[in-house]
Amino acid sequence: MATVIVVTSGKGGVGKTTTSASFATGLAQRGYRTVVIDFDVGLRNLDLIMGCERRVVYDFVNVINSEANLNQALIRDKRVDNLYILPASQTRDKEALTKEGVEKILNELKQSFDYVVCDSPAGIERGALMALYFADEALVVTNPEVSSVRDSDRILGILASRSRRAEQGDPPVKEHLVLARYAPDRAHRGDMLTVEDVLEILGIPLLGVIPESPAVLQSSNAGVPVILEDGSDAGAAYGDLVERFLGKDLPHRFTMSQKKGFLKRLFGGS
Amino acid sequence: MEPGQGRLSHEHVPRRGLACRITLKTSVQPEVFHAVMLLRSPHLASEDPLPFELKGSLFTLTVLHLFKPDRTAIERYLAEKIKQAPSFFNNTPVVIDLEGMAEPRDGVDFKGLYDLLRGHGMIPVGIRNGSPKQQASARLAGLPVLPESRAASAAKKPERAEPTPARSRLVNHPVRSGQQIYAPDGDLIVLGAVSAGAEVIADGNVHIYGVLRGRALAGVKGDLETRIFCQSLEAELISIAGHYRISEQLEPTDRGKAVQVRLVEDRLIIEQLTR
Ligand SMILES: Nc1ncnc2c1ncn2[C@@H]1O[C@H](COP(=O)(O)OP(=O)(O)OP(=O)(O)O)[C@@H](O)[C@H]1O
Ligand SMILES: [Mg+2]
Repeated sequence: MATVIVVTSGKGGVGKTTTSASFATGLAQRGYRTVVIDFDVGLRNLDLIMGCERRVVYDFVNVINSEANLNQALIRDKRVDNLYILPASQTRDKEALTKEGVEKILNELKQSFDYVVCDSPAGIERGALMALYFADEALVVTNPEVSSVRDSDRILGILASRSRRAEQGDPPVKEHLVLARYAPDRAHRGDMLTVEDVLEILGIPLLGVIPESPAVLQSSNAGVPVILEDGSDAGAAYGDLVERFLGKDLPHRFTMSQKKGFLKRLFGGS
Repeated sequence: MEPGQGRLSHEHVPRRGLACRITLKTSVQPEVFHAVMLLRSPHLASEDPLPFELKGSLFTLTVLHLFKPDRTAIERYLAEKIKQAPSFFNNTPVVIDLEGMAEPRDGVDFKGLYDLLRGHGMIPVGIRNGSPKQQASARLAGLPVLPESRAASAAKKPERAEPTPARSRLVNHPVRSGQQIYAPDGDLIVLGAVSAGAEVIADGNVHIYGVLRGRALAGVKGDLETRIFCQSLEAELISIAGHYRISEQLEPTDRGKAVQVRLVEDRLIIEQLTR
């Protein structure tokens, strides 16, 4: 039976879709049958980042409304085996997402996939609530700034109280922190929160720190999840994140300032 | 004693010309036999059977509220009462209460009263209230002085609301931004942090075994005695019974410290907890 994972944040533009794309791609690369669903009805862009926007025929809402079946709507990724995308509708509004409809499709997907990744829209409105309602685990994406952390805290509260697991008294949704767009120099100068600051406030396990990186914008413009960009720091960070999710104990890279201090430059060392 | 509770008879309206009034009420005398003496010693118990044992116990007794020590009037009224309920006066132990005496300084012939009551089937076991002088003469007549009743002493005090048994609410997860948790009637205990943008509220005390970054309000129904406790004070707002301080009114030296917050004469006092 598949695990349903929501990628959520509360605040917009923090890197949910970037994370969903790379996370799903990384799981599929490691042999797990994975589908990533765009819950951002009306503002779809997962298909752009995955580079499959020109192959969209049917979408999530079509399937909910039984205007298409899942096989017609699922887009198979051309680069990575085991990876499928269920795009969002560009034209419908969020009211099209009903609890019953979402549940029906998730149940169907759970029959044939190992992981179902739900890319949540920003906010705490219907789309975001539907994306997290059926989740077993959650990647909470946060940027190292106060407002983003506050919104993530809010989302954690909603996961703990309004998810199906919470409502049915099942074990709680497993929470993972993804700290995205992290710039160690700026954090240590005090312009941004540090990893420790964020962990202190949110108090959930850290799954990965993704550095602020020009590679993200470049790869998304090219329609390639950044995890597939060999040699990029953000891609490597997402690779580590996937490994950790699957149980490997890896140290966190990209949390230290890259610029070497004066003494380090003199005497070497990494 | 509450009106109507455990009362066998008869608040009665005195008839004209009556020289005395007696009311008879039953009264629970919890204090009377509360001299608990545990005389049983372990090694004695294992050997000889004990000749006796003393234990505290509660009894319901009839109380004769004496208003005027007028022997003839008492006798006349007593006869009337007995006619109404003969069996009630059959070897009934009674306590004589002097609290309602019209002339509190009047001397009372306790010996005569004792005999009178015995003659009508009642067994006086002691007196209650009365002046020291009256009490002394009662003792001489073989009537012990029983402690003042609870009802009598309570009635003299100003009305005080019975404290309802407090029920506390336990929250064993962090309270996140946007969440509000309220403990009506009692304390709120949070095992974890209270995030900025979260609110924890109680009619009683608020205990936070974590960092307080949000808002904590104790005693929201006006209880001035309530307090707030937290492991680390980084609050947006703290309030007790409506008296509040916001974040910027907190002393920098208290920030991040384990504190208790209480109210002293309308002022919120923050004290660091020493470990
Ligand atoms: N690690 C990063 N380094 C640099 N830029 C990043 C990084 N992660 C995300 N971005 C940029 O931030 C912007 C928002 O990213 P993304 O669309 O993934 O966020 P989102 O949380 O899905 O946004 P929305 O709430 O609108 O759905 C994009 O322009 C993306 O290129
Ligand atoms: Mg997005």
